[in-house]
Amino acid sequence: MFKKFNLQETMSGQNSVKSSVVRGIRTKLVDQFPELGPYVDEILPKKANLIQVKCKDHITLFAIDNEILFFQHFNDPITPTLRLLHQFPNILPHVQVDRGAIKFVLSGANIMCPGLTSPGAKLPEKSLPVDTVVAVMAEGKEHALAIGVLKMSTDEIKTINKGIGVDLIQYLSDPLWKTHLD
Amino acid sequence: MSATTKKTVLYCGVCGMPPEYCEFSAAKKKCQEWLSSKYPEEHERLYGDAAITEKLAQTNLSEDKAAKEAARMEKAMSKEEARMARELEKKMSSRVVIKRVERNKRKCVTSVQGLEIFGVDLKKTAKNFANHFACGGSVSKNPQGQDEIVVQGDFSDEILELILKMHPEVPKDNIEQVEEKKSKKKAPGAVGA
Repeated sequence: MFKKFNLQETMSGQNSVKSSVVRGIRTKLVDQFPELGPYVDEILPKKANLIQVKCKDHITLFAIDNEILFFQHFNDPITPTLRLLHQFPNILPHVQVDRGAIKFVLSGANIMCPGLTSPGAKLPEKSLPVDTVVAVMAEGKEHALAIGVLKMSTDEIKTINKGIGVDLIQYLSDPLWKTHLD
Repeated sequence: MSATTKKTVLYCGVCGMPPEYCEFSAAKKKCQEWLSSKYPEEHERLYGDAAITEKLAQTNLSEDKAAKEAARMEKAMSKEEARMARELEKKMSSRVVIKRVERNKRKCVTSVQGLEIFGVDLKKTAKNFANHFACGGSVSKNPQGQDEIVVQGDFSDEILELILKMHPEVPKDNIEQVEEKKSKKKAPGAVGA
């Protein structure tokens, strides 16, 4: 999604968000990501000035203190950015890819099922439904390397084991990762 | 803010990724150098002997494949290096032009071209100039379609100094000062500035 992204060119305006809207966002976030509940006060402090940056193609970024925390595409779920995920690793369910897949993921490829089922990879024990936003970890690495959306439920990934399993949203060193607000 | 749950993650100064992913970056060597100079312990953890043997044990690639992989990596690295060298050369050969343009007899504007090649944020710099000289400053497109900074008033010498001070990455020899006069007649004597 952010393979090509240039903030300066796509940005159409930024404004701070009303506190009532922030409240809405908070409840939505907690709804979507139950794991995020305990951290929500730390991520989105009540007093912080949340800034909404609107970009082309219905992309909206949410930032506090010039740090992009969340993004949203049209009416999709509001998704944390990779940087935020690094700070709070447990806000998303984890899937793990094997070592061989890392280099492809780092160049923005979607993750194929075999990369999620091979010996080096890990899927969560609890099955996850389709369209879950997941953190993509890697074999032998501590930090997440991408954020994606499941294209199949994890059970299907295990049984079918073919085709795209995770649609990549953001990965390390993609243009959004390199974007800084100022 | 409590720092109880929030993790701070170290990012590589070269490629911007967490250091454990540097091995997949095209600027791998530079990343390693950076890490060993800034965070020796971290470097030891990732690239030390223990880590390497462990990694070898982990990768179940056959030797043949591993060699191929290494060759590919090598190629990517040399490509990246070549790209960087090209960029540097482009930088060295490009010029920053500070131009004094006369508007009428004793009023002129100063335009600065070519700063963007050195990775300078034009908008910010223009604002900075304007603040510094207490005058109007903006970014505008010139007839050739390039962006340039236009400052109202004759500040060519001051701007030269300011650029050198604020943007040390711009080499002094690449900055050029030009004067442009509108009228065919020579300006009689030194009027004003």
